[in-house]
Amino acid sequence: MSELLCTPTPITTKEGILELLKDKVGAQYYSQMKEMKVDQAALARDLEQTSKSRTRTWLNVCAHCAMCADSCFFYRTNNNDPTQIPSYKIQATLGELIRRKGKVDAEFMIKCMDAAWGKCTCCNRCAVYCPHGIDTGVMFSYLRGILFKHGFIPWEMKIGSGMHRVYGAQMDVTEEDWLETCEWMVEEQQEEWPDLEIPVEKEHADVMYILNAREVKHYPEDIALAAILFHVTDTDWTVPREGWENTSLTMFAGDWEGCAQNVKRIYSAIDRIKPKVVVGTECGHAHRATVVEGPYWAGRESGDAPVRFMHYVEWVAEMLRTGKLKIDPAKKIKVPCTLQDSCNYVRNDGLGSATREIMSYIAEDFREMDPKGDHNFCCGGGGGLNGIGVYRKERNVGLKNKLDQIKATGAELVVTPCHNCWDAIRDMMEVYEEHNIKWSFLKPLLAEMIIVPPHIRHNELE
Amino acid sequence: MLDFITGPLFVISLVIFVVGMLARIFWYVRGLDWRLERVAYRYHTDRSVPGALASIFKWLIPGGTDGWRTQPVAAVLFFLLHFGAVLVPLFLLGHTVLLERYVGITLPSLPGTLADILSVLSLAAIVLLGIRRMVSPALRQLNSGSDWLILVLTFLPFATGLIARLDTSAYQSWMILHVLSGELFLILAPFTKLSHIVLFFMSRAQIGMDFAIKRGGATRGGAFPW
Ligand code: SF4
Ligand code: SF4
Ligand code: SF4
Repeated sequence: MSELLCTPTPITTKEGILELLKDKVGAQYYSQMKEMKVDQAALARDLEQTSKSRTRTWLNVCAHCAMCADSCFFYRTNNNDPTQIPSYKIQATLGELIRRKGKVDAEFMIKCMDAAWGKCTCCNRCAVYCPHGIDTGVMFSYLRGILFKHGFIPWEMKIGSGMHRVYGAQMDVTEEDWLETCEWMVEEQQEEWPDLEIPVEKEHADVMYILNAREVKHYPEDIALAAILFHVTDTDWTVPREGWENTSLTMFAGDWEGCAQNVKRIYSAIDRIKPKVVVGTECGHAHRATVVEGPYWAGRESGDAPVRFMHYVEWVAEMLRTGKLKIDPAKKIKVPCTLQDSCNYVRNDGLGSATREIMSYIAEDFREMDPKGDHNFCCGGGGGLNGIGVYRKERNVGLKNKLDQIKATGAELVVTPCHNCWDAIRDMMEVYEEHNIKWSFLKPLLAEMIIVPPHIRHNELE
Repeated sequence: MLDFITGPLFVISLVIFVVGMLARIFWYVRGLDWRLERVAYRYHTDRSVPGALASIFKWLIPGGTDGWRTQPVAAVLFFLLHFGAVLVPLFLLGHTVLLERYVGITLPSLPGTLADILSVLSLAAIVLLGIRRMVSPALRQLNSGSDWLILVLTFLPFATGLIARLDTSAYQSWMILHVLSGELFLILAPFTKLSHIVLFFMSRAQIGMDFAIKRGGATRGGAFPW
């Protein structure tokens, strides 16, 4: 191969994605990256225009007090390695970049990339422990944006953001694939749930449901479960034809333009369908991308989404609270269980109380992790780190922190209403050969324990 | 000599300090950008005001936040240093007299012994923080000249002021050194990390607003549980 795979230009065509995918584990991509020229003038300009008083103040007033050190799971799992202190990580990369006014070479940019994706998941935990309120996660996210613009991003992130730009989804799921999957899932369930439907583009529905492309591609039964739960709660719901996918690898990649495209696709589905509420699936970063950060990418000065959005845990909590979902006491979770607080919708959207409300309905022996809620640690696989091959080693080390937290609870089941956390927890069990702890999304757990109201036709399968 | 440094020079350094700090506040606020930072600064005052205030006040209270509680030793040293560093310069009798003479502001003054105790504690805290900086591997990694500079700038006025009180035979010379080092502090503050005297409040307010307006403020009743 002699084509140029590693360039600062975002991928916008199917061919571009295929070319990149042909390059196994990005070997050629990364070797070309080493040779890539840094456009120093453009870099200086970008820094000048986008790193404003907040970023500069954070970098300048940092007291180098190391209060943030122990708040970062990477520092803890790397034997208190001083180079893993949030403050050091950001000063040695973004801080240096700004001090040198962009006069850096490819080697330095690659060092920045290694830190921005391999040493920080943008979980924002350190911000909670810094006396000055310095949010290193936010700065790393900013650095990712700069690196994206100049082409220094991990191979998988390049592909991921390209997928969003080309297919409008994090995977190559086309509109056709999506609609077929919905039909197929309804057919699959006919025997057990004769009246089950997945209504598409139903205007003025109460709820518009959006989800993660991985569900369509790899575990479509999740869509069936969502449909069943909407069905048994008599929810007037629909899914959009376009704008159904709310994850955002573009956010992990720092591709802000791609982020805006994703969000606008969803917001225009809202314009078409005019739902009262949008419910998003159990995914942390999808929620953050669409609801917390999304309004800004869409240019909404109020910072609010155009209509009320609910993360799946909020919707479930409301259904349980209002009695629309009823749990069979005999089928509650009996084993000791714990709950993973996803940074993206707990620390970053305050939904920790919703998840706990759910646990109070479904678990008999619920045990909190320490710390928990807003102060919980990242699972270790956030910020896209799960999917990046070159940083697999770094991630695996980071996973240990969460495993220790889980083990300390004595739980045999981890409830994990976030795709990334789910993956990270699956992987840590494998990497550290832990065989007695299970993990699960909410939907399959709920489907097992609900009481089906008498007016809903339901055929028990054996 | 003493007349000049406690007169015009004092006024000049005070002006540099105040104007410099106000400028830092001004540029900080002017440089905020809702689009880039993705924080709706202008909206939701019902959430942003409580968020900003909670974030400032919680961190002003010893043990008021998880961050302080998880690192009790460092926290105690910071607070010891800052009690003295804020109260003594403002409320020591000699200082209030100067302030009244040149600025016309009358502040209540601290009893002399209390001021002495606070000064000694601050000095001890500075020394211990310096030691902490040298022995802890984490701190050593982060250390830079600018961190030492502000420790020294803070140390000098305290040390010289205390010695002047104790060593009455050389009172005059220590006093000159004390006033000069105090003025050096005032003049350099806006241009060094000492600018955190005001920027701490800016940055804390900003992150408090960020969490309150955007990152779950509505579901957490306005403020993040720091
Ligand atoms: S806690 Fe804050 S001020 Fe202290 S070193 Fe970390 S980022 Fe800097
Ligand atoms: S945002 Fe999270 S991962 Fe990144 S430095 Fe802070 S604590 Fe560590
Ligand atoms: S994967 Fe889960 S825990 Fe990790 S950063 Fe994302 S939301 Fe947080």
